[in-house]
Amino acid sequence: MINELKQLEKNALAELQTAETEDQFSNIRTRYLGRKGLLTGLLRNIAQVSDAEKPLFGKLCNELKNLLDAKIEEALQRQAIRNKEDILLKEKIDVTLPGNAIKCGRIHPVIQVRREICAIFASFGFSVVEGPEVELDYYNFEALNIPRDHPARDMQDTFYISDNVVLRTHTSPVQVRIMEKVRPPLRILSPGKVYRPDSDVSHTPMFHQIEGLLVDKGVSFGDLKGILTAFLKKIFGEGTILRFRPSFFPFTEPSAEVDIRCVMCGGRGCRVCGQSGWLEILGSGMVDPAVFQNVNYDFEEYTGFAFGLGLERIAMLKYGISDIRLFFENDIRFLKQF
Amino acid sequence: MLVSLKWLKDYVDIELTPEELAHKLTMAGLEVDEIKTIRPQFSGVVVARILSVERHPSADRLSLCSVSDGEQNYPVVCGAKNIAPGDIVPLAKVGAVIPGGYTIKPSVLRGEKSDGMLCSEAELEIGDDESGIMHLPADLPLGSPLETVLNIEDTVLDVNITPNRSDCLSMIGIAREVAAITGKKLKLPSIKIKESSEDINSLASVKIIDADLCPRYTARMIKNVKIVPSPVWMKARLEAAGLRAINNIVDITNFVMLEMGQPLHAFDFRFLEEGKIVVRKSRANEEFTSLDEKNRALPADTLLICDGVKPVAIAGIMGGLNSEVKEDTQIVLLESAYFNPPSIRRSSRKMAMSTDAAFRFERGIDPEGVVKALNRAAQLIADISGGHVCKNYIDEYPEKIPSAQDIPLRLDRIRRIIGTEISAKDVAVILRSIGMLVKRGGKGTYLVTPPTCRVDISREIDLIEEVIRLYGYDRVPVTLPAVAVTEMEVIPRLDMEERLRLLLTGSGYTEIVNYSLGTPQASDILCLPENDERRSPVRIKNPLGEDLSAMRTTIIYGLLETAKKNANNGSFDLKIFEIGRVFLNPSAAELPVEKNIIAGLLTGKMTDDFWDSKKTADFYTLKGCLENIFFDLKINNCRYISSSTEPFLHPGKSCGIYLNDEKIGFAGEVHPDVLGKIDLKNNLYVFEINLDILVAAYLKRNISCHEISKFPAVTRDAAFVIPDAMEADQMLNIVLGQEEDLLENVIIFDVYKGKEISEGKSLGLRFSYRAPDRTLTDLEANAVHDRIVQNTVNLTGAKIRT
Repeated sequence: MINELKQLEKNALAELQTAETEDQFSNIRTRYLGRKGLLTGLLRNIAQVSDAEKPLFGKLCNELKNLLDAKIEEALQRQAIRNKEDILLKEKIDVTLPGNAIKCGRIHPVIQVRREICAIFASFGFSVVEGPEVELDYYNFEALNIPRDHPARDMQDTFYISDNVVLRTHTSPVQVRIMEKVRPPLRILSPGKVYRPDSDVSHTPMFHQIEGLLVDKGVSFGDLKGILTAFLKKIFGEGTILRFRPSFFPFTEPSAEVDIRCVMCGGRGCRVCGQSGWLEILGSGMVDPAVFQNVNYDFEEYTGFAFGLGLERIAMLKYGISDIRLFFENDIRFLKQF
Repeated sequence: MLVSLKWLKDYVDIELTPEELAHKLTMAGLEVDEIKTIRPQFSGVVVARILSVERHPSADRLSLCSVSDGEQNYPVVCGAKNIAPGDIVPLAKVGAVIPGGYTIKPSVLRGEKSDGMLCSEAELEIGDDESGIMHLPADLPLGSPLETVLNIEDTVLDVNITPNRSDCLSMIGIAREVAAITGKKLKLPSIKIKESSEDINSLASVKIIDADLCPRYTARMIKNVKIVPSPVWMKARLEAAGLRAINNIVDITNFVMLEMGQPLHAFDFRFLEEGKIVVRKSRANEEFTSLDEKNRALPADTLLICDGVKPVAIAGIMGGLNSEVKEDTQIVLLESAYFNPPSIRRSSRKMAMSTDAAFRFERGIDPEGVVKALNRAAQLIADISGGHVCKNYIDEYPEKIPSAQDIPLRLDRIRRIIGTEISAKDVAVILRSIGMLVKRGGKGTYLVTPPTCRVDISREIDLIEEVIRLYGYDRVPVTLPAVAVTEMEVIPRLDMEERLRLLLTGSGYTEIVNYSLGTPQASDILCLPENDERRSPVRIKNPLGEDLSAMRTTIIYGLLETAKKNANNGSFDLKIFEIGRVFLNPSAAELPVEKNIIAGLLTGKMTDDFWDSKKTADFYTLKGCLENIFFDLKINNCRYISSSTEPFLHPGKSCGIYLNDEKIGFAGEVHPDVLGKIDLKNNLYVFEINLDILVAAYLKRNISCHEISKFPAVTRDAAFVIPDAMEADQMLNIVLGQEEDLLENVIIFDVYKGKEISEGKSLGLRFSYRAPDRTLTDLEANAVHDRIVQNTVNLTGAKIRT
């Protein structure tokens, strides 16, 4: 009897192996486990088994019943899942067709650079201030130690509205307006549009500048180097090589021009850096005592530094743009690249 | 300033390469923009002597020369007239290359053999003289290469001199810096003049009337001068500096200006009436013809140099045609003066005459260098032109020109400005290296007197700058400021702008930036009426062109232009916005009102040529964008009022945007007339919103929140037929105005006009009813819905569409 049972198990497993459809599995179940099934039949004949073997035979029969039950159940479930997937696969779509959502627009590249620079200086504790774009000659020039009939006015060609009113040529007048109102310590950043009558591949009549100012007790030229070094490494990369060299701005003394190693040629000399290997990035300097006097700051007590840079120039270097006018053509195909 | 290194070496020894020197100058504040090399453009040209000159047998204009280079004689056919046996001339031998790349070959000219070419200055590009063969000094060794004997090779640095460094607008000034940087000694030319017995004071006089504008005027007289071209060495130097050689006298005045920084002028004395110089301001309606042969109306208060009768020069700017040095000039009156810098600047700008002299005078020259330059030029004129310098010089110096003396310099202050310690000794060494007198003052203080040429130095800070500049910016250690913690002030509008940028770019709009200057025609194209304040823009007095002569009063015009430009590029589908200022009310105050504005434009297809959907922009696409803005900012009470629109918008498809009762902007389709004027076919939709008003509302906005009911809503639809003129807003106000607590929300789900209704339009409304504390029964919902519908019909006269 036990041998018959073994044979039965073998046969059942073999049938299960070849079965594929739901019907075939149901049939196997009926043939072996049904009321008139083969296994049920064997069990019914238990009387023919010797008493000694009865417990073992009973146990083996039960084990086989459980095994077949489990196998059939598992197979049926697998089959059900497969059937459902077949239905879903019939709904297959082409996932390589383009998506359908509103295509995002872009922020203007110069404004992107402005946001980046403002964020860096915000991390140094500078806050953003604003001033008028149509400005009094006093704030644009005189208060910044650039008197009328002074050759330093040649450094910035100017659009005039009247004898006393100009389009600001730099964002520096904002520092004077703020200093007139606020006592030190002061850490301000003034981004905005500025105007100079010039138009060629590297000049537009309107462009953007950021001017920064820090005033406190004990601020030194070393601090100026420190802040500007940290800034330039953040914006152009930690490995940026820079140099400070003496220059002249009427509202700072000593004044420094800050150059970085040319990002195009790495210092070997190319068209972008005029073969010098260096790129002028920003102007800076210690605030001239004359400017402090104009806003009634005690220049013995307070010192400070100011710096200014052109945003288009930074954007041109970052993105490798050779004609500044592209920023204001507003060709949508150009703007979508940034 | 173009600096010839060959010339510079007259005043200071230079052992550095040009590149090293350029770097050192740049790092000391004299930025070198360019290093140019001057090389002869010829080769194979040697010094030769003409042995004989004979008429060419078959050509009248040609000569047959025999020329020797010391070793061999060559037959040369020559067309020039200015040659004679014994002359020393440049000979381009067979195989020589002359400028332009021509190679000299043996040839036969009209039957005569010619083995070389005699050259003019112009042919060798050494000078501009093309009138004849160049004549060389008699003592040059025959056969030597011309480039060697003339010492033509040179390196020229183009140095960018900042406006404060007038002292560096001269070779000696640059040499002084080089000496200080490299630790060499400055070598100044020695000036010795042999004077004749005749005293200038017996021949000429100087009278200064306006001493405030001319505090010093000096003069010398040189007689028996001979006007000829300058020697080659002087021409080479002038040309290296970018000046053209004219004649020996004019060239010497230019040479000394370049050497010492003092502009000079030479008058032909025979044209100075009464032998007098009078320095005075111009009179009303005075006219004058300057050296460049232009007749000029002189502005008031122009300082003039006159003789006893008439003006002979515009002081410090340009001489006059009536007294210039000519070929037959014999007596020269040499002027060296100091003029008031702002006065020169004003005059030179008013007359648009920016000359080398004016450039130096307006920056301030060395008041004590005036006589040195006068003597140096007199000496050179005597040496080069063979003239006799009269005894004495005139020095009218009515007003002492102030120069800084004993400026106190605190060592402690240097440390505080620079942030690092420089020893007292180093400070003194640095300052003395550029010619400063350094004395001990009180404790820790020096008293410093700068050389008179350093007109930029009068304060302690000016001295500190000199110290750090020559100490080296790169040696100052990098530190970070120890600043007090302060409250950060923020501009709320900027935060809001950032938010709008993200929202709009997320909605598919791209940010543009247009010039805030534009054409005043914009207001015509936008059909703005006469009384519209946007018609009177802020005007620029000196615009680059009419199209950039007015500050914008609206951003819309720029957006239209951008749409036009993009259409020209084939980009017809556009979603763009701009954040910027407009400028209004130029007359009321001294400065105009600057308003912060956001504006946008929409046109064409809203998606690319998409396989799945195609939608073209219309008014509601634009309005949806605006609604999103207000939703994002949580400003709920915006209204769109069709009766308040703009002249450049379609009267039926536009509106004013209102917050409370204040207009904050507008939106709509661009008027077909405006489209026609800018020649665009596609419909454009634009909006403009005043950010200053919006931010005020943004700051005041009140976000309140109520509990969301757990119970389901019941919805009921009803369609009302109303007159065409009635707006949806009106309907909604009436519906929502009924105080029914259960009415939660109403949306418009359908607008219909067409065959099914004979008149007016049908507005389908979906009402949703909900109670906070229970599930509404159909009965309850029906009761309130019927009440609302009935009331609405009563209040509006609408018919229910069934």
